[in-house]
Amino acid sequence: MSELPISVDKEKCTGCSLCESSCAFGSLVMEEGYPRFLDDCRLCGECVKVCPTDAIIIKEEGTEIEFSDYKGILVFAEQWKGKVHPVSYELLGKGRELADQLGEKLFAVIIGSRLEEAVKELTIRGADKIFVFDHPKLEDFRDDPYSAILDDLVKEEKPSIFLIGATSIGRSLGPKVAACLETGLTADCTSLDIDPESRLLLQTRPAYGGNIMATIICTNTRPQIATVRYKVMKEAEKDPTNECEIIIKAVDINNLPDRVKIIDFSPAKEQVSIIDAELIVSGGKGMGDSKGFEVIQGLAEALGGAVGASRPTVDEGWIEYPHQVGLSGRTVRPKIYLACGISGAVQHLAGMKTSDVIIAINKDAEAPIFSVSTLGAVGDLYEVIPRLVEKIKERKKNG
Amino acid sequence: MSEGLNIIVCIKQVPETTEVDFDEETGRLQREGVAAVVNPFDEYAIEEGIRLKEKYGGTVKVLSMGPPQAESALKDAIAMGADEAYLATDRAFAGADTWATSYTLGLSIKKLAPYDLVICGLKTIDGDTGQVGPELAHHLGVPHVCYVNEILEIKGDEIRLTRLLDDKVETLGTSLPLVVSVSKAINQPRLATLRGRLKAKKTEIHKITANDLEADPMKIGLNGSPTRVVKIFTPARQTAGEIVEGSPEELAERILQKLVECKVI
Repeated sequence: MSELPISVDKEKCTGCSLCESSCAFGSLVMEEGYPRFLDDCRLCGECVKVCPTDAIIIKEEGTEIEFSDYKGILVFAEQWKGKVHPVSYELLGKGRELADQLGEKLFAVIIGSRLEEAVKELTIRGADKIFVFDHPKLEDFRDDPYSAILDDLVKEEKPSIFLIGATSIGRSLGPKVAACLETGLTADCTSLDIDPESRLLLQTRPAYGGNIMATIICTNTRPQIATVRYKVMKEAEKDPTNECEIIIKAVDINNLPDRVKIIDFSPAKEQVSIIDAELIVSGGKGMGDSKGFEVIQGLAEALGGAVGASRPTVDEGWIEYPHQVGLSGRTVRPKIYLACGISGAVQHLAGMKTSDVIIAINKDAEAPIFSVSTLGAVGDLYEVIPRLVEKIKERKKNG
Repeated sequence: MSEGLNIIVCIKQVPETTEVDFDEETGRLQREGVAAVVNPFDEYAIEEGIRLKEKYGGTVKVLSMGPPQAESALKDAIAMGADEAYLATDRAFAGADTWATSYTLGLSIKKLAPYDLVICGLKTIDGDTGQVGPELAHHLGVPHVCYVNEILEIKGDEIRLTRLLDDKVETLGTSLPLVVSVSKAINQPRLATLRGRLKAKKTEIHKITANDLEADPMKIGLNGSPTRVVKIFTPARQTAGEIVEGSPEELAERILQKLVECKVI
């Protein structure tokens, strides 16, 4: 069994125990006046940073590598049946910002079949150059040929940053590309910045079910690859004057790996489960009776979201258990959680408080739900929701 | 697949709940009293391994990388019905990100060869990346299928299975060996029986060290990890936001604005 590559210089250590309190994982304990590192230490380096006397050392081997060859930001433009997935525009929006900060170029790559329309859409979204791999046999996403194409392209073009949407396709594809290129990949980022000093990409993502955020860097390998959560970044504006070079790449289909064949497919079931839903409309005891869920359902349908429920409504038999949010039900983290007639018991809050945006409607201005809400509306859900549904429908019709 | 399937299930030990809060004063994750368990997503992988063994014969080996206490997670897998357990444990593995983890698991699996199918959970509830499965497949040089929600049939070296993408369910065909990441839709994991628990008590957990793997020291643990965590913090605390009162019409309008702001409509 080897030693952990973290140690303390006992000459320098003053026993101040700042390191102990800096460790988020409790993997460092003070013993006989010195820190001791437990086996589950993640070597995150927080203790190294807080140590006033630089007594903690993480031994890291590796040479400084010159990355001046690596320039530019590459965005994977995902398409479904020739239509650009909107996350691609968000990546281009963020990518442009990062590229400008670095003074580098922004590239996009698209793989698929009959891509003329998609390419046209992409050219006006800020990229300087688009690489197009268009072949009938590339119509449907398959990990093997798609990742092989991206590996080759990255080796040729040497971007310093590569962004992929954290969709089901992106999260299957990204790790294959990163593993092959022997470089780092940060999953499901919600924020990307450039560190002005090191020019490294600061990749921030939620972990522990959203209970903590971690900022991650990739120092010694290139490109720095991140998958980026959908609907977090702002889409690149359409700019018809954008100058964008289109590079049609040859596809040597017979020399691409393709070990997994698609035999058949069927559209996914419409029913959205609350765990995966990006928007949830939940009803609580404040609805008075089971009819309330008709109103809730109506709003959920208008917004394309799922229906959730608080425990009392399930106990009363107004709705089935799979809809229950909270400690004894499901923990959810949608982008938007609409709590209607839910007072906000601790058990319920535990199951939804990490939602990105919480909107609550409740008659009781003192309801605890308002303490976690982004927007709280003090009112009767039976009066507010029908009006809201009407407004949503109207807006959809006009916009 | 001459005499049944050689199945390897990769699992991770994680804290029982990610509901753990930061201790506001010390900035630490409150872990006291939080039990360590098999990553819930991995229970589906173990279950699928056992079901395939029941259907086609063969063995199920469970493999984990982690500190010595991860033994208990492997024991839980044995209690469910897995046959053998292996723990890659060495301080040299510490600080591994998904790249180094998958490299280490890959070497360990090669030690356990021959294998037909490697089953992983979709992701872990702590790291939440879902990257180890696909990266592992690369290190093994075999194909990988993500989001598997049904293994339809295995015949000789051929396998048919379905995967759930954002917009569709695909039926796929490929040959073994293969790495899959299974979704929660694939089965309902069984509970360990008393007999299983007794068997787990007696089952030896085979330890694998960096030496055993003849691992490249630059590819394991912290040295082999291209990524570094530079900062850990609590998400911006949700404080009470805006509270509005008014007529139902005004309230509906304000909520609509918020939804538009959030790009929902």
